Amino acid sequence: MSNDVFVITEHLDGKFSDVSFEMVGKAKELAKALGGQAVAVVVGGGVEANVFASDSTIQVDDAALSQFNPEAYGKVIEALVKEKAPRVVLFGWTVTGMDVAAWLSARLGVPCAAYAKDVRVEGGGVVVSCQAYGGKLTAEVAPEGETAIVACLAGSFPAEAGQGATAAEKIASPVDLSGLKMKFIEMVKPAGGDVDITAQTKLVSVGRGIGGKENIELAEELAAKLGAAVSASRPVVDAGWLPRTRQVGKSGLKVKPKLYLMLGISGAPEHLEGMKSAELIIAINTDKKAPIFNVAHYGATADLFEVAEAMLELL
Amino acid sequence: MNIVVAIKHIPSIADDLPVKGNNVDFDSVDFVLNEWDEHSIEQAVLIKEAVGGTVTVVGVDLIGELDNALHLALAKGADKVVKITADDPAADSHQQAKWLAEAIKGMGADMVFAGVQASNDIDGQIGPMIAAYLDMPYIGGTSAIEVSGNTATVSKEFPGGVGMKYSVTLPFVAGVQSAPKPPRYAPVSKVRQMAQTATIEKVAPTGEASAGLAFKKMAPPVATGHAEMIEGSPKEVAAKIVELLKSKGLA
Repeated sequence: MSNDVFVITEHLDGKFSDVSFEMVGKAKELAKALGGQAVAVVVGGGVEANVFASDSTIQVDDAALSQFNPEAYGKVIEALVKEKAPRVVLFGWTVTGMDVAAWLSARLGVPCAAYAKDVRVEGGGVVVSCQAYGGKLTAEVAPEGETAIVACLAGSFPAEAGQGATAAEKIASPVDLSGLKMKFIEMVKPAGGDVDITAQTKLVSVGRGIGGKENIELAEELAAKLGAAVSASRPVVDAGWLPRTRQVGKSGLKVKPKLYLMLGISGAPEHLEGMKSAELIIAINTDKKAPIFNVAHYGATADLFEVAEAMLELL
Repeated sequence: MNIVVAIKHIPSIADDLPVKGNNVDFDSVDFVLNEWDEHSIEQAVLIKEAVGGTVTVVGVDLIGELDNALHLALAKGADKVVKITADDPAADSHQQAKWLAEAIKGMGADMVFAGVQASNDIDGQIGPMIAAYLDMPYIGGTSAIEVSGNTATVSKEFPGGVGMKYSVTLPFVAGVQSAPKPPRYAPVSKVRQMAQTATIEKVAPTGEASAGLAFKKMAPPVATGHAEMIEGSPKEVAAKIVELLKSKGLA
């Protein structure tokens, strides 16, 4: 066993995601406290990996790993973790990290703490703050045993501390990658044509509280009066009330408008990831304990329909 | 096509979540079906409708109140429902995944679906763990799954509207983000009819697994800030918001 902290970095189209740098920064802090090294792990060839401030960077360079493949990535990461036995393995609680972190935990019989908002060393042990239950409760958990997997929410740590130029050591895949049951076919980029919500200065954003597709019109009217576009949280898009191009959050788009007016969005961590940098956030929600009120600049515990209709009359 | 859907019954986050000791006070909360499970059930039924087969929905009965969710699944098109009678509201994802995997083992599943995540996945999601316990590959964040012969074509969502397509040889486990169509509505009358006529198969929990996490504390998050609350009637709130926007040149 070592006291090293591994970071499973993430890249798409040759570019590392912010969460990769955030985790490397955090790993340096943890490694210092544990007396180990911060090791950035890059799975995949064809990506410039000398970009981290890690103590070392390992790049598993194999053509079969150029695009994310949960089966292949899982096998490679499992082999590396088994061989090097790090104290902590940081994943992003992201579309890719979520495919591997809990799987690896069950495979190796080591703990996994997900929805991680913070990780720290206390009395020689690792303690993780997990933002569970849609952001309504924070669980402080201590993983038991010699290795801990921690899946971190994007945007939890500063990215700058992880940026650097450590030269990556390229290695061949530690496992045989022939005979995979899962094969990458193609990347499908979003079809253009719809409003680009990332380019808007004002957004009226609707959540589950909007109640149904028939009520989207009210948000559209309000947006039109404000010179804004309508965006949404994931449940609205999953329900088919608005197209995927309007989705803000982890699996959607990141926006930074001058105004983000939220109607019926509770503020789950996945949504906050996409909008917390907006300049002015106003939230209207009937649940006075909705987590969004800890993030918004202004809030009102009120019926969104009544407020929206009254605003229409005044604008 | 034999599709098994593993569901999770979780404390509702629509209401207050009281804490007892270092965990949720499970006696004081309502349990509901994980919202993503509605999508995994829909995805399974869509495949059954396209290529034939059976859909079996299986869940851990944590507090003796899972029947409703299972009757709903039947009303939405599931053919068979199974509950693992655990009676342990604090069972973590690892333990539930182990029980589910043991129950699914004998079912000859071509595909196992689970919701991509649940709000109480403090130790991770059940989908990838079931895959690990069954030694099947896992792919999560799916937005469409189509099956032809022994191969599935799986669309996985990435941020910013990017999608990746994969071909996967059966059997495998998928964590469903969304079905290609919104989950269908099941009329109350049909759910009630299922409650009167359907049989729920009961299975005893088998196997042990643990999250390996010591819970030190559970509490509402420490707010680093709080919104300035606008009080008053909806009309007064609207007037104050409009005034605020005008003062900032935003309306």
